[in-house]
Amino acid sequence: MKYTIKKDPHEDERVQEIIEISGQNIFSCYQCGRCSSGCPMAEFMDILPNQVFMYLQEGDVDTLLKAKTPWICAACFTCTVRCPVGLDLAAVMEAIRELQLRKNYDFVDPYKVEERDILPPIALVSNFRKFTP
Amino acid sequence: MAMNRIGVFICHCGRNIAGTVDVKRVAEEIGKREDVVLSTTYIFMCSEPGQKLIEESIKKYNLDGVVVANCSPTLHEKTMRNAAARGGLNPYRVEIANIREWAAWPHEDNPEAATRKAIRIINATIEKLKANASLEPIEVPVTRRALVIGGGVAGIQAALDLADAGIETILVEKEPSIGGNMFRLSETFPTLDCPQCILTPKMNDVAQHPNIKLYAYSEVESVEGYMGNFKVRIKKKSTFVDWDKCTGCGECLRVCPISVKSEYDLGMGERKAIYIVNEQAVPLKALIDENSCIRLQFEKKVREGKIKPKKAVKICSKCADVCEPNAIHFKNNEEIVEEEVGAIVVATGYEVMPAEAFPELGGKYPDVLTALQFERLLAPSGPTAGIPRRPSDGKVPESIAFIHCVGSRDPQNGVPYCSRICCMYTIKQAMLVKHALPKTAVYDFYIDIRSNGKGYEEFYHRAKEEYGVNFIRGKVSKVYKVGDKYRVQGVDTLTGRIIEVDVDMVILATAAKGSTGVKELAKKLRIPYDEWGWLKETHLKLRPLETPVGGVFIAGAAQFVKDITDSVSQGSGAAAKAMTLLSRPQLEKEPLLAKVDTEICAGCGRCKDQCAYGAISIDPVRHVAVVNEALCEGCGACSANCPTTAIQVVNFKKGQIIRAVDVLAEVF
Repeated sequence: MKYTIKKDPHEDERVQEIIEISGQNIFSCYQCGRCSSGCPMAEFMDILPNQVFMYLQEGDVDTLLKAKTPWICAACFTCTVRCPVGLDLAAVMEAIRELQLRKNYDFVDPYKVEERDILPPIALVSNFRKFTP
Repeated sequence: MAMNRIGVFICHCGRNIAGTVDVKRVAEEIGKREDVVLSTTYIFMCSEPGQKLIEESIKKYNLDGVVVANCSPTLHEKTMRNAAARGGLNPYRVEIANIREWAAWPHEDNPEAATRKAIRIINATIEKLKANASLEPIEVPVTRRALVIGGGVAGIQAALDLADAGIETILVEKEPSIGGNMFRLSETFPTLDCPQCILTPKMNDVAQHPNIKLYAYSEVESVEGYMGNFKVRIKKKSTFVDWDKCTGCGECLRVCPISVKSEYDLGMGERKAIYIVNEQAVPLKALIDENSCIRLQFEKKVREGKIKPKKAVKICSKCADVCEPNAIHFKNNEEIVEEEVGAIVVATGYEVMPAEAFPELGGKYPDVLTALQFERLLAPSGPTAGIPRRPSDGKVPESIAFIHCVGSRDPQNGVPYCSRICCMYTIKQAMLVKHALPKTAVYDFYIDIRSNGKGYEEFYHRAKEEYGVNFIRGKVSKVYKVGDKYRVQGVDTLTGRIIEVDVDMVILATAAKGSTGVKELAKKLRIPYDEWGWLKETHLKLRPLETPVGGVFIAGAAQFVKDITDSVSQGSGAAAKAMTLLSRPQLEKEPLLAKVDTEICAGCGRCKDQCAYGAISIDPVRHVAVVNEALCEGCGACSANCPTTAIQVVNFKKGQIIRAVDVLAEVF
């Protein structure tokens, strides 16, 4: 795997957008790894939460938009509570999802959800909230 | 004369000795000897009650010799000898039997053997002790003057502290101005003080202090003598200018037609053949570089007969023509001065490995610089007035990569240690780039950020959070040219992928080493050093400023690379150590020195050749060896080489040692 830094990640528009949406200075992360070590969902993620910040600090938003991690994040806030520099990771994950959703791409087609009759309505509601614009 | 009222004290050392060695049995066995009147044990001989026990037993049993069986004599020989002296016994009638390091610790698995070995060690020590003579310490006078070698920040601080204490101090600096590496820096971490602003007051103090004699552009030629009484020869290198007349006006610099790369700017800027190091130099005096001045080169060639001018030729004398005080004389004014001092502080500092040593990181390219060179480009007083520009084309860089640990933590290609200051100065330089050129992208490739100082970690976070410096964890392996740019190929070990970035300049934080020439100086001073040119302290933790040579102290980056805070602390510390020595009216010296039996000595001179301290001479009239007690260190090299055992170290005589060895070598 290889990644070429084309321009200063600080100047990258999409990184700036994530900073703006989340209100978090993603460049203050110094990669201690505490978010990943404490994350209850980390084992299901393809990119660990601390790596999400490294990708952002390198300006590689493309990889993150393709990643499962932001969608697996349950926003339980364990990482946010434990982060030594006070970053709200859940807000950053939300910002990444937001960026994807603003492309107006539906991850879930309500009509294709199987067994929607027996699913609790709240599951469907949150599903639509999270996976559709 | 042989002792027959010996007291033996066996220490438990808590469980260190008593846990393995059966101390009660040892005491009983030793007690059986006829010459031993007291054999006892105690839990801690080094404690106050333990020492009291020795004192009181000497009086009670009228002891004429004492053996203390405990730890290594390096730890408590002095303690026990002092205790005996308080009890009224000559301290040189006390010997230490080391049963902790020699018996208890190495034979933890075999207590029986350890116990027998302890008995044997004590018996051998008693045999050695029995022929000990009572000795008195030798008194040596002290010269109340100090020498500081190296005029960097540590040396300046040491010289100022010594001078303020009323001690006449000589400061020797090999470069034409004091200030050292600190004066080259742009700003200092973590406060971003300008080093010129904070160092010039100290430099001026050095120049004006009535107790400081400054020899700039000078080197220590030779050192003789011993603690309290050193004779130092200092070579004042040739400047070709009369410094007594030179006012430092700088007129000569303006007219000199020859320009060469400046050593002060580390090749980043230029200077003339006649030059003043910088505007704030102390002393502010001009000097001519013999190798670049056309006149001196011409005269040299004529002298060597390479050129034979037919008639008298007038070669450039532009500088001398404009010199109002007539200071420039073009004559070799090298001079050797002799100084007598009582203590020496060595503060020779550090230097960094050159970029050329790392061709894989682009060291051969003009825009790949060492961090110290880059300091000059960032310095407001530097050749680019503080706005970094590429040396190749003068372009202001749009992107810069910094690479940490170049040669450091790399025993295969550089040095095994961490150079300690690079993390912080790299972060500082990254910040300063952002100050000067906010639009320039800065990439910082590191393995670890080591920010272990007051305010250092906060400084790092400022660079990360506020200044927009990009930190990438992983060491760069390759830098090569692509068009106008340099491609940096590194790795991001946190995401596990190769990172490539094209930049305009690359700055290498190359490993620090001891200064050039420090090894030669160390040989002159007879102090130890390691393969990277760091001077060795007596004890890394507890005696970091002392060397094994009495009266010679080390300070600052001469011992190991340090930041300014630590260098200044060590400068003051070494000065305090020197003051302790110089504040005594006389020095006491251990009397365990070589002594010549003139009845036997044939004056062959073998001992004289072996003596590393130059303490032995051959009396031309009586034709026997003579020992200078002040110089002798009691090492015993002479004794080992004497064919007739005429020269021996007091209380380490051949008979004593042989008897002790006899006891030790008896078959179990």
